[in-house]
Amino acid sequence: MLLPRDNEKNIKIVAAVSTLISLILSVWVWLAYDRSLGGIQFVEQIPWVADLGVSFALGVDGISIPMLLLTNLIGFSAVYASWRVADRVKEFFTLLLILITGVMGTFVTTDLFIFFLFYEVVVIPIYLLVIMFGSSKRVTKEYAGMKLTIYLLIGSAFLLVGLIALFVQSRALLGYPCMDIFTLATVEFPIGFQIFVFILMAFGFGTLLSMFPFHAWSPDGYAGAPTAVSMIHAGVLKKIGGYGLIRIGLMILPGGAAYIAPIIAVLALGNVVYAAFICLSQKDLKYIVGYSSVSHMGYVLIGIAALNLISINGAIIMMFAHGVMAALFFSMIGNLYEKSHTRNIDDFGGLAHQMPRLATGFMIAGLASLGLPGMVNFIGEFTIFIGAFNTYKVLTILAVSGIIFTALYILRTLGAVLFGPRKPEWDHLEDLKGPEMVPLVVLGASIIIGGIAPFTLMDLINLGVGDLVAQLGSLQIGGMF
Amino acid sequence: MFAWSLELAWLIVLLPFAAFALIGLFLHRWPRLSASVSILAIGLSFALSVLVAAHVFLGGMQETFEISMRWLAMPGLNVDMGLLIDGLTAVMLIVVTLVALLVQVYSLGYMHGDPGFSSYYAYQSVFAGSMLGLVLANNFGQLFVFWELVGLASYLLIGFWFGRHSAKNAAVKAFVTNRVGDFGLLLGILFLQIIFGTLNFNGLAGEIAGYTNTAVLIAISILLLAGPIGKSAQFPLHVWLPDAMEGPTPVSALIHAATMVAAGVYLIARAFFIFSSTPEAMTLIAVIGGFTALFAATIALVQNDIKRILAYSTLSQLGYMVMAMGIGAMTAGMFHLMTHAFFKSLLFLGAGSVIHAMADEQDIWKMGRLKDKMPITTWTFVIGALALAGIPPLSGFWSKDEILLSAFAGGHIVLYLLGTLVAFMTAFYMFRLIFVAFFGTNKGGEEAHESSAVMTVPLIILAVLAVVAGFVGSPVMNYAFGHFVTYPGAVHYEPNTVVMVISGLVAIAGIVLAWAIYQKQLISHLALRQRFKVIYDLLYHKYYIDEIYQWLGERFVYGTAKVLFWFDIYVVNGIVNGIAALTGGAGRVLRYTETGQVQTYAAYMLVGVIVIVGLVMIAGFTLLI
Repeated sequence: MLLPRDNEKNIKIVAAVSTLISLILSVWVWLAYDRSLGGIQFVEQIPWVADLGVSFALGVDGISIPMLLLTNLIGFSAVYASWRVADRVKEFFTLLLILITGVMGTFVTTDLFIFFLFYEVVVIPIYLLVIMFGSSKRVTKEYAGMKLTIYLLIGSAFLLVGLIALFVQSRALLGYPCMDIFTLATVEFPIGFQIFVFILMAFGFGTLLSMFPFHAWSPDGYAGAPTAVSMIHAGVLKKIGGYGLIRIGLMILPGGAAYIAPIIAVLALGNVVYAAFICLSQKDLKYIVGYSSVSHMGYVLIGIAALNLISINGAIIMMFAHGVMAALFFSMIGNLYEKSHTRNIDDFGGLAHQMPRLATGFMIAGLASLGLPGMVNFIGEFTIFIGAFNTYKVLTILAVSGIIFTALYILRTLGAVLFGPRKPEWDHLEDLKGPEMVPLVVLGASIIIGGIAPFTLMDLINLGVGDLVAQLGSLQIGGMF
Repeated sequence: MFAWSLELAWLIVLLPFAAFALIGLFLHRWPRLSASVSILAIGLSFALSVLVAAHVFLGGMQETFEISMRWLAMPGLNVDMGLLIDGLTAVMLIVVTLVALLVQVYSLGYMHGDPGFSSYYAYQSVFAGSMLGLVLANNFGQLFVFWELVGLASYLLIGFWFGRHSAKNAAVKAFVTNRVGDFGLLLGILFLQIIFGTLNFNGLAGEIAGYTNTAVLIAISILLLAGPIGKSAQFPLHVWLPDAMEGPTPVSALIHAATMVAAGVYLIARAFFIFSSTPEAMTLIAVIGGFTALFAATIALVQNDIKRILAYSTLSQLGYMVMAMGIGAMTAGMFHLMTHAFFKSLLFLGAGSVIHAMADEQDIWKMGRLKDKMPITTWTFVIGALALAGIPPLSGFWSKDEILLSAFAGGHIVLYLLGTLVAFMTAFYMFRLIFVAFFGTNKGGEEAHESSAVMTVPLIILAVLAVVAGFVGSPVMNYAFGHFVTYPGAVHYEPNTVVMVISGLVAIAGIVLAWAIYQKQLISHLALRQRFKVIYDLLYHKYYIDEIYQWLGERFVYGTAKVLFWFDIYVVNGIVNGIAALTGGAGRVLRYTETGQVQTYAAYMLVGVIVIVGLVMIAGFTLLI
């Protein structure tokens, strides 16, 4: 931020270097995390507002490390995907870096208040980025930005109420003010209170995770947002919803979760099937990926709602998988849109002739999206299905049918855009090169490595979720489905 | 003997994948190098497979060999990547690596000069690696992984000439139709995991032996069966295979005739312990197989495209194999899978040689007297057709006879008669093709000439196999095949001379009839076509099943999609925008409260805080009490 405004090149380099350092550090955390110990590691704690029990506490476990890794993989790629931004470069990258910092903060803190603070930090840059740098197609960028922000704010209002309630109640029970998530998790709240607060949480986080029928912001928002914001939003920001639901919802309010989970599971089925069908009728690439992301979040929600070790493991790896996949998809779409100024699939055709590298990126993202083995997304889906089937029989069977519709709309889209006869009007399009290759290489490699060697992530996640599930105990849910 | 080869068997899978990675990442600029790497990898895999098979068959290996590596593990779910080697695996290894090797060599000539030459070999390597991973899998999880990956390879290779709309659509159709089957297969796998807690084949075999809830076993069998119905293109999911002929012909030979489509049959054999535990499931398998065999054979009678005739023939023969599984003749089914792989890939490669020579002409009526121009292709093709028709002592005779014998001796008289009828039709449509395209009168294609050695040598090798491969399951070699490839519950019967003679006679009758109509023209085929126009049209249009699916898809799937999108925009979104409008309206009213005085705001804030805190307290206390 201290750099002069006109030195665009340097601004981009600073952004690239700082995200690269973050990425390297998060990879180091992932590798250095002591798997034999488990629990929270790399703890840092600075008391902040003692009266409220707030402290700036950081620490990571098996649940947050994949999210941290995801944030940095996407943050790093997003900088390169924005390499062509030419207008108000300084503002753009400043906001982008604030956004990335905010998202990262929510994943690494162990303090409820700080979590909420970081979450609010995210909203402002998102709004500005969309209305300043977005694009308008079916809806204007102002509308998209406003819709996105209002949904996020309404969601966060519910969270705030829930948070205050938690605070008041825990102080009454503990006798001292406390905002530490892991301490709160040991408090046994009365069951009625748990249900009440969990509903607030489910609504707040569910909206963020585009839970049906509160998903309407998602396709419009992504369509209006600039590439990097779509990447970060669909890739990681959304995952704060799932992460919060697990970290705060399940951990602190397991009793409430047990009551509400079946409702979430039913809504999640709405996500999976309803959104997949809508994808079939879409023509705008961003809408397809937008609705597809709504559909995929249904799997995450079912995984969370099934409340068992396997399903939650699956939900977390699915969040990671969907994150890298969606970010790759959006970066390819953004690149294509910059060059062709259209996103309508009927305008394209045969692009694999002119842009083989871009086609490769689309293919990897698409095949990951339809859950092809060898891609990390398959691991997520398969694990969720197995886990969810333990809890909900009929619902899971219906959700599995999503694999057919997903394959249908993804392959039709890829076919319409990439294959078919060469269209001469696109001969001037240049294939990916230089910095544009970074998102493809980084995200594509993550998808494939995670798919071929799932144990690299799953063993870690399993540690974190293992601790969580031990707290959940033996909750009986879902008998009727 | 060669016991060490078992320890190295993982290389059989890994080598082709390594070739794929090398080509994809580094070598794709150098087509010849790419092809060499790919062929070298599959060649080494073949060599290793031969050693493994030698150990299994000749080294007197008594127990199955199994190793595995932890892949996806957590309490309650374990998916390993492993190897399971027994007689069944060994046969499949040989078939897959040998045909893949020959097809890759043949492709050097067939695909010569194609701009996507490197990609072609990269995809071929993906296919080979995935298919071998599938064959060697020791559990359902791994099997499903590679099952989907062969589907990917099939998708990529069907759509290889992606500049054509038809190729693109065929590729999507193949993948999505297979996904419908995989939906069932995946559910079956979920049930197995939940009920038995393991996906390992040997583990499951032990569990199921002691399991008595028949209803569950039937449900699981039917769900699992959906996979083979998709992959092996059985009715009603057969529609993708004829369209898959859009891919390059060597691909059709390898993937859509010899190996991948046989994966469904292989799965039934591998999971025979599940299917054979309930007679209901077995009956269903037999009926689906038998019906597909007949259904596809009738369509093949009237098609004009050389590859489509072979494609429907493949459907029909796969139906034969599935039927064999259903009547418990697992050994016979696998035996037919093996012989079919050799003679059908021979036929496809022969067809490829013709198409290559005829400048991409595929209509048999535009060919004629090819025997003078392409003698090697013609005579190897005739050998393949004789083997397929089941003329003794070629390989197809022994394996087909084994299936018919099992149906007859097992008391499945309807299936036996049906199988015999199909054998007659098979001989007829194959020799219709041969008399029209290779003999008969000259109808153009003057420039056609014999293909180069790189293409004819694989044809000759396969022709030799088409002749001799059947002996391993014949009295000549004392039914060696059946000793190695069998499971508890698989039936075996003593040879029956009557069945043998009848099956040989119907084949000859089919050939004679084709000769009479198409060579000697004793009966005019045009007159026949006029006479039975309704039936002809029905068969020619493949019973209109594609049209029906198309109509249903447009109506229901896309119709629903449109309706739901409308709902999303106007109802779900409408409610949101309605609330926004309401807020906006309220804002205009409330604007009058905005006085601009700090004191007023402070007062509002105080009231607000009191209200919120009060509400939370009340809520909290009521919940406490």
